[in-house]
Formats: sequence, C-alpha cells, structure tokens
Amino acid sequence: MAVVENLPSAQTERPIGFGRLKRKEDARFIRGKGTYLDDIRLPGMVHGAILRSPYAHARIVSIDTSRALAHPNVAAVVTAKDLETLGLAWMPTISYDTQAVLAGDKVRFQGQEVAFVIATDEYSANDALALIDVEYEPLPAVVNARKALDPDAPVIRDDKVGQRDNLASPTWEAGDQAATDRAFAEADTVVARDIIYPRCHPAPLETCGMIADFNPETGQLDIYNGNQAPHAHRTVYAHVAGLPEHMIRIRCSDIGGGFGNKVPVYPGYVCAIAGSIVAGVPVKWVENRSENLMSTGFARDYVMRSEMCAKNGKITGLRVDVIADHGAFDSTAQPTKFPAGFFHIVCGSYDLEASHVRVKAVYTNKAPGGVAYRCSFRITEAVYLVERMVDALALEMKVDPIDLRMRSFIAPEQFPYETTTGWTYDSGNYAETMRVAMDIAGYEDLRREQAEKRARGELMGIGVAFFTEGVGAGPRKHMDILGLAMNDGADLRVHPSGKAVVSISCQTQGQGHETTFAQIVAEELGIPPEDVEVRHGDTDRSPYGLGTYGSRSTPVSGAAVAVVSRKVRDKARLIAATMLETRPEDLAWEKGRWYVKGDPEKGALIEEIAARAYSGEPMPAELEGGLDAQVIYDPPNLTYPYGAYIAVVDIDPDTGHVTVRRFIAVDDCGVRINPMIVDGQIHGGLAEGVGIALMEVITFDEEGNCLNSSFMDYLIPTALECPDFELGETVTPCPHHPLGAKGVGESPNVGSPPAIVNAVIDALHETHGVNHIDMPCTPARVWAAMQGRPEPPQ
Amino acid sequence: MNVSISVNGEQVSREIEPRLLLVHFIRETPGLTGTHWGCDTSNCGACVVQMDGEPVKSCTILAAMCEGHEIRTVESLEVGGQLDPVQMGFHEHHALQCGFCTPGMLMTARALLDENPNPTDQEIRTAISGAICRCTGYKNIVSAVRWAAEYEAAAKQEV
Repeated sequence: MAVVENLPSAQTERPIGFGRLKRKEDARFIRGKGTYLDDIRLPGMVHGAILRSPYAHARIVSIDTSRALAHPNVAAVVTAKDLETLGLAWMPTISYDTQAVLAGDKVRFQGQEVAFVIATDEYSANDALALIDVEYEPLPAVVNARKALDPDAPVIRDDKVGQRDNLASPTWEAGDQAATDRAFAEADTVVARDIIYPRCHPAPLETCGMIADFNPETGQLDIYNGNQAPHAHRTVYAHVAGLPEHMIRIRCSDIGGGFGNKVPVYPGYVCAIAGSIVAGVPVKWVENRSENLMSTGFARDYVMRSEMCAKNGKITGLRVDVIADHGAFDSTAQPTKFPAGFFHIVCGSYDLEASHVRVKAVYTNKAPGGVAYRCSFRITEAVYLVERMVDALALEMKVDPIDLRMRSFIAPEQFPYETTTGWTYDSGNYAETMRVAMDIAGYEDLRREQAEKRARGELMGIGVAFFTEGVGAGPRKHMDILGLAMNDGADLRVHPSGKAVVSISCQTQGQGHETTFAQIVAEELGIPPEDVEVRHGDTDRSPYGLGTYGSRSTPVSGAAVAVVSRKVRDKARLIAATMLETRPEDLAWEKGRWYVKGDPEKGALIEEIAARAYSGEPMPAELEGGLDAQVIYDPPNLTYPYGAYIAVVDIDPDTGHVTVRRFIAVDDCGVRINPMIVDGQIHGGLAEGVGIALMEVITFDEEGNCLNSSFMDYLIPTALECPDFELGETVTPCPHHPLGAKGVGESPNVGSPPAIVNAVIDALHETHGVNHIDMPCTPARVWAAMQGRPEPPQ
Repeated sequence: MNVSISVNGEQVSREIEPRLLLVHFIRETPGLTGTHWGCDTSNCGACVVQMDGEPVKSCTILAAMCEGHEIRTVESLEVGGQLDPVQMGFHEHHALQCGFCTPGMLMTARALLDENPNPTDQEIRTAISGAICRCTGYKNIVSAVRWAAEYEAAAKQEV
C-alpha cells in the first residue's frame, strides 16, 4: 500500500478481507497528486472551445467563421458543414434517437453546440468564439412538458422524417389497468396528487472533457476522458466515427465525480475527436461550469399525476400518469427494453392488489439528458412519487405515516416477491429496518416535541420515507444498452510472488474501487489487500463491461471479482493437491491456505501455490501453468436494497426557510464489504438529497433561457445546510449475489428527497393546510404555500 | 507583463498575459496540478490556496496581483515525507472520495487550524462552507479536521 507508514492506521486496522480498511487511493489525493483530465498535457496539444446557441429555438441563417480563422492562434474552426463531410454531423443517442453534434439547420436548446474552435491555448480558443458570426432567426420555444403536445406547439424535431408533433415516444405501460380500476372501485379512501420531480443536475465538481489524440500514421486513436463506462464509449466511437474498435484506446484516470453526468457521449467529445483527426495533433476540450449545467446530462424532469387508494387501513392500488420531458434530443440513459427506465418500480415496498403506470415522453427546447443522477434509471422519480403518495394517503386517512407503511409492507415470508408491475424483489424485512430507524430517531419523543412546539407556534416536521430499489443492471436476458449486454468482466492474475492484479470493467469516480475490489480478492483468497492491485479505467488493460452507474459496481463487477477469485481458488486446490500429494477432495480451505482435512498442519499457502504454478515443478494433469482466471458475470436478477429514512426539519415561520435538523438513514444493502466506504457513500447521497429537496433545480423562462447556469444559481448544499447524518443498518444478504451484497451508492439520493419533503408537509399541513409543495422547497416556495398560494405545477 | 510569485517557497517568474488567473498560473508554470478548477464563479472552492496564510480562491485572483505575495498550495503540506495532520485526518476519517475538492478543503482546514487550533464542529462547518464537496456530505470532513486539531494538541503536549 502506498500510504506512508507514519499514519496510525498503518499499524492498526488492516483487515485481510471485509472491514473498515482505509482507502488505498487516498495516498495520491491527499497530496494533490491525483491525475484528473485537465492535469494531462500531451506534446503538441491544442485546445478546443465550443460556441453555443444563445437561443432555445432558432433557425440558423448563416455561420461566418472568417474572423475567427484570422485570429493568429486559431488552427481551425469546425462547423456542422465540416462534420457532414466526415459523416459526424449527427450522432446516435443511447436511446436510439439522434443528436446534432454541431447544429446545422437550427438550434433546439440554449447552450446547444454550434461551432468548435481549435487554438493554441484555452484563452485564445475562447477569444475566437466571439469572432464567429452566426445569424439566427428566432422561433417560439417550448419549455413546458404539458404544453409540448398542444396542437399549435412548434415542432422541435422537424429533422426527423414524419415527426409532426413533439411526442418523443409512444406511451409505455406497466401493470394491469383493469385490475387497478377494480382496486380503486373497491377502495374506501382515494387520494390524488400532481407531483413534479423537477429538472436537476448531477454537477460533479470536475466538469466533462476529453483529450483526443489521433495518429494518422498508425490510425490509432488515444482518448483521455473521465467517463463512467469506458468500454461502452469505445464501442460507440467505433460506430459513430467508423473507426476500428481495436485501434481506439480510452484511458480514464482519476475522475472528479460523475453521479450519472459522465455516462453519455457528448457532442464535445465527438468534436475533440474530429478536431484531432482534422488537425493531426492532440486536442483537449474541457467544458466550463456553465456548459456543464446548460448542456450536459440533466436528471429527472418528470411531470406526474397519481392516485393511490386504500381499503381497511392498507394501501391497495396505485395509478400513475407521467409526461417525461426529454429535452430536444432523447438521450435518456436506460436499458433498451425500458423506455421509462425502472420507473415501474413505483409500487415501492408495499403489497398492492394492483397498479398501473403510463409514461409518455415529449421533446422540449431544453438540453437533452435524462441521466440517472445517482439513480438506477428513473427509480428516484418512482420512489419520490410513491413515498409522497403514501404520505398523502396517510393525511387523508388521518393515520400516522409509519403505521400505514407498516400495515402495507411486503412481509418477509413473501420474498421472493413479484410486484404488480413485474419486478421480483429478492429479499427483505422491511418492518425491522423501519423499527431500527424509529429507535435511532426516538420517533415517539419527536412526535411529542412536535406537539409542544406546535402549541408554541413553532414549525417542526418529521418526514418518513421507505424505499426499495433495484440496482445492478442487469441480466442479459432482460437488459442491454445499445445492444450491449449489461455484464462485467474480471481478470485476476496471481503472480509467482503471491501478489495479484485484478482488472475490472467498472469505473470509479470516487467510490473507492481500488480498495473495495482488493478486499474482495483478499476475502476470497487471503492475499492482503495491499498486495492486490486493482486495474481499471483503460480499455487496453481491462476486460469488457458496461461501467459504473446505477449502483452496479458491487452487484455486477463485485460479483465478477468474487467469482474469478473462486475460480483461482479452485485451480489453487488442484495445484495444492499435487504439492501435498493428496486428492483435491481431501483438502479444505481457510483464508489464504489449502490444508489436508484431518491433518491441518499439512497445507500450502496461496503464495506457495502461486510460486509452484509458475515453477518448473510438475502441474496436475491437464492443467495449464500459472495462477489466473477471467470471467464475465451475468447477474441472474437485480439486487433490491432498501432503507428507512427519517428527516426532522424546522421551518422559520417568518421566511419559510427549511433547516434539516436531523437525518436518520437506516440502509439494508446486504453484506457490506467496506462499511467505512458504504457509510461515506450514504453521507454523500444524503447531501445530494438535501440539495434536490431544498435547493437544486434547473429552470427556464418562457423563451427557454436557462436560469440556473452557474453555481451562483444552481445551489449545492454546503457543510452548513447538511446535518450531522445519523446512520444505522440492517443486513439481509442478497440470496443470488456471491457475496450477499446489494449495492448502495444511489440509495441515499433515492430515499432522502421524499423524507425531507414529507417532513416539510408534516410541519405545515395541520397549521397551514398545505398538502403538497413541489421541490425544491426553497424559502420562497414554502412561504408562498404557507400563505395558501402554492406555486402551481409547471 | 512579467510577474514573480513565491509558490511554496520557490520564486516563480514568467511572462504572462495580464488576465491570467492565479489558478492557471499555478497549474501551468510550476505545473502544480493539485490546485483544481471547478466553477468560474468563486463558489466551489476546489481552487483554494493560501495567500500569505489566508485561504483564497485562486480562480478569482489574477496572477498579476500576486507579485510579492506568498502562495502555498496543497503540494506544500507534506514536508520531508511527513504528512500534515489535516492530510492524515482526511485519510483516517474517510473525508474524501473522488478527491477533486480535497486540495481546497485541506488548504481551508489548514488555515482554520492555524488561526483556531481548537474549533467547534460548527466553526469547522462555517470555515469549509465556501467549498463544495459533492461526495462526502461533509460529515467525515468535519471529523477529519477535528481529528487533526486533537492530533496537533496532543503533539504539542508531548513537546
């Protein structure tokens, strides 16, 4: 391990296997020695910058680049016309739509890419943008999803043959409409709400960028790019640019956060590649913060209408109608067969009689995206909706929201449980997890405190959310992206010295893979984690796989590493049997060693077996030398982590300002490989949830101007807005994952917004009659709702 | 124009455009890429360095303004193979994930402890509130800074 020895932890906690192992990757980061994209400089490298549209919707009359080309430091200016000659003017999206790399006919959202300048330095490239003259003919803009289908709405995608409206997809359905109608007919309580999950943005602290280095002599394309799925990106570039896949190498070094934002292929990447092909030198393009917020993958933007019903005190049915706002191009990130992602997990943690879900998607003059901001494909929207609806129903029934949940939960003995929309949940004991959260929170005491405060005119709210989500996409029989199975590879090589290299196809953006995956090998083979190098982020040096998003690293790649370790262990057994002159079946395993059953003193350590495997000594019959293996892991099902979250908020009655005073999160993510890293993941997701619930939103004015294009307007919580999170856990191992793990990264982001909004409504319902406030619950929106003027859904 | 700036005790002189930002100066000339850039608007704090001991956002300062000033970056924290206690605390308490905000957080924390060796949790939160961390939810950063404060207090007692 590279961390210097003067740290206390170097002497203390060093588990060989699972446990709170300090991170290997910290050594470089605490010294400022990480290597992020913008830290990389190649000889002869030039810089690109993108001219973007000031209009949300306008016809391009002309583009004149002559003044920019006259700039002494400008090497080239690329427009749609130039890209057309390379066949790169349009690119496919991951949802089988098309997206303009550079706009040629018209611009369709503010911030859309119009021209790409290449200059000797970043400052000159940006100067030259001002020298490009574009004449636009502005068109009316469509920014409201509900109005996008008005008969007189301007058609945004007139580039698509036969497109006569702004419908981006046919209506997609799940569940049973007739059965749901029956459940509602038989119900004794029905509640309805219009609920928006507003557009927000993952906004990783490092923005997106690329260095493309095309070598015209060899035809090799070297790409440096912080993305969450390097192998899938390489395949896309091979298809888009027509370049041979084996001549493309993508290297992701350190990535300054992703959260879904670094899943898609962006026009800037294609421009950098085209620029390097044209200019014959390496081209670096790094977007600025406004470009990141205005043009790269946004999240959510689901306009929902829902009804939920109950009978005899238990939730029985759910109806949901969604308009998904996809922006100008449908580049939502989801598996092919699921045009609304996993949104139909919207039945939540409840044993419903029936449910029915309808989703249709529209084009608007807003940036494309629909990426999963720390989320598995629309699960966040689903969990928010169902958990808001349960609270609405509890208000209507005048029962405690936890009581209603407890009465309606799927019972432990019902697992595996098939939901009314077709998911098979693997395992769970929901009531137990809910009770742990109530104990940590001191739920009864909180309710007493709330009553006392209410009597004094103070506004305090207690909000609950219970989520179940499906992560770890996914089984190849059900799931692919652009035809690529959502599987992941692992390649493990134990060297003659007993030290090992494990290569994985998922891609850390801060999740600590170099530590966690070394711990899996350590747990399975007994090789200390500091002796296991985890290799990733280089398509030439790692096996194929679909990357890191949707909490799939541990469920898929983690399983792959466990399975490949076991393959190596099985091979080691055969070699050990030869060494110990016995039969393999007479050997037993303890961590790091095969020994003879009945004679435990007689055994072979894994490093002794490794040395033998590469030595001149004889190998078992029909066994190749060496100690290595590789696998591709195809998960049999998703994993279904769940959790019980409780938020306690105080609201300033004079300003509407919401303070999250406490936040209790009890997660069941199955077996925890490194509980320290798991806790860290939960803290981070909760902070994002605080942001989404209270601060983070991307909005537009009627002309389609983006109103949140910098961190001055797109507000991200600081240490002052985040409470001192209180965590708890239950452990229900996943029955089909080799380690019993379920994945956790997105759970806190999925579960926390409804808990906070439920707390806000809980604070205001009795005294102010407030039934719903759309996120973010900013002081202005909360105050307006308190005055009986809630902002209507957009 | 020519500037001469002390960066981590070394005098760095070069011709610059007057508009060159300090963050770019630091990253280009001495090539110290530990100082990051994250937002353009002085909100995120990834670019925090110390100027004469005060934490400043180097994306909002022109290199031309730094003539005659002492700039310290994250690369100066480790001395002779000995990590600064704030660096140790961040490792001990898992106060970093992607690592992008870490240099700015470390320089902010170092400045806090130099001025206030025994801060309360609320004082730590206020001190780092000019910086955004998207990964940790800040809880472990607060613990890490407190750990560093206690470590330094214990070390002083031993002397």
